[in-house]
Amino acid sequence: MTPLSAGEPIPEHRVTPDKYLPHRYAGASGDFNPIHIDPEFARAVGLPGNILHGLWMMAQVARGAAQLANGDPRALRRLSVQFRGMGLPEQELVVSGTVKEAEDGRVVLEMVAAQGDNQVIRNAEAEVQVP
Amino acid sequence: MPVSTDAIGKRWPAATYEVGAEKIREFADAIGAPNPIHRDHEAAKRAGFRDLVAPPMFCVVYSARAMGPALLDPEVGINLAAMLHGSQEFVWEEPVCDGDVIETAATCKEIYEKDGKGFYVFESVSTNQDGKRTVTGTWTNIVRGI
Repeated sequence: MTPLSAGEPIPEHRVTPDKYLPHRYAGASGDFNPIHIDPEFARAVGLPGNILHGLWMMAQVARGAAQLANGDPRALRRLSVQFRGMGLPEQELVVSGTVKEAEDGRVVLEMVAAQGDNQVIRNAEAEVQVP
Repeated sequence: MPVSTDAIGKRWPAATYEVGAEKIREFADAIGAPNPIHRDHEAAKRAGFRDLVAPPMFCVVYSARAMGPALLDPEVGINLAAMLHGSQEFVWEEPVCDGDVIETAATCKEIYEKDGKGFYVFESVSTNQDGKRTVTGTWTNIVRGI
């Protein structure tokens, strides 16, 4: 693999959560907040519908970063994110990133996750140890 | 009403979580982690893990149990109906595998006000049965309309 250098983009990670993904993630994570699984409740509190779990979106940023090390869970050392928007089911989420620093296999990435123009996660920073 | 900062430094009792293979598989399916090391014991061992290994973000499953009492503590005084998850950081160390027993303790690190919002920052520290740290989490929750 060619060493990464500062300013270089990493491959995008794209995923489209299906209608029932928030229900499966609720079961897997234990977060049953009704804003994620009950469209009627979500609309009653002013949301466009049931929204994706922020931590599921963060997991997609983690996958986007870890693909540099073929998904090895030991490779991802640190990830910080800011939740800045509401993600919706049945819309493609695009995770993109750029190399901020790269030295001796330790790569720091600046990352974003967006649905169309809606940047749901911004100012994310990941540290990955690449093989 | 200004935020109360009395809870800064407060530490809640550790919560214990027993990691199981089916929970790891369920979580890996929900986030779409395709690697067989999250599903197959032998594949994980061949890759150098003690046993079936959890994806890094599985830390939310075993840490959440420790965060609940902190967020609900009346001394912290968060209005849950007006709370948003503002930002999150995890720093990973020892991988988490099937059969691990993880203890997580939460501490209130900071409470402050900015632009009419209350910021509540908690730290969670998780360690396994061998005393090795698996993850350190920094959870920032924002409460609107303070």
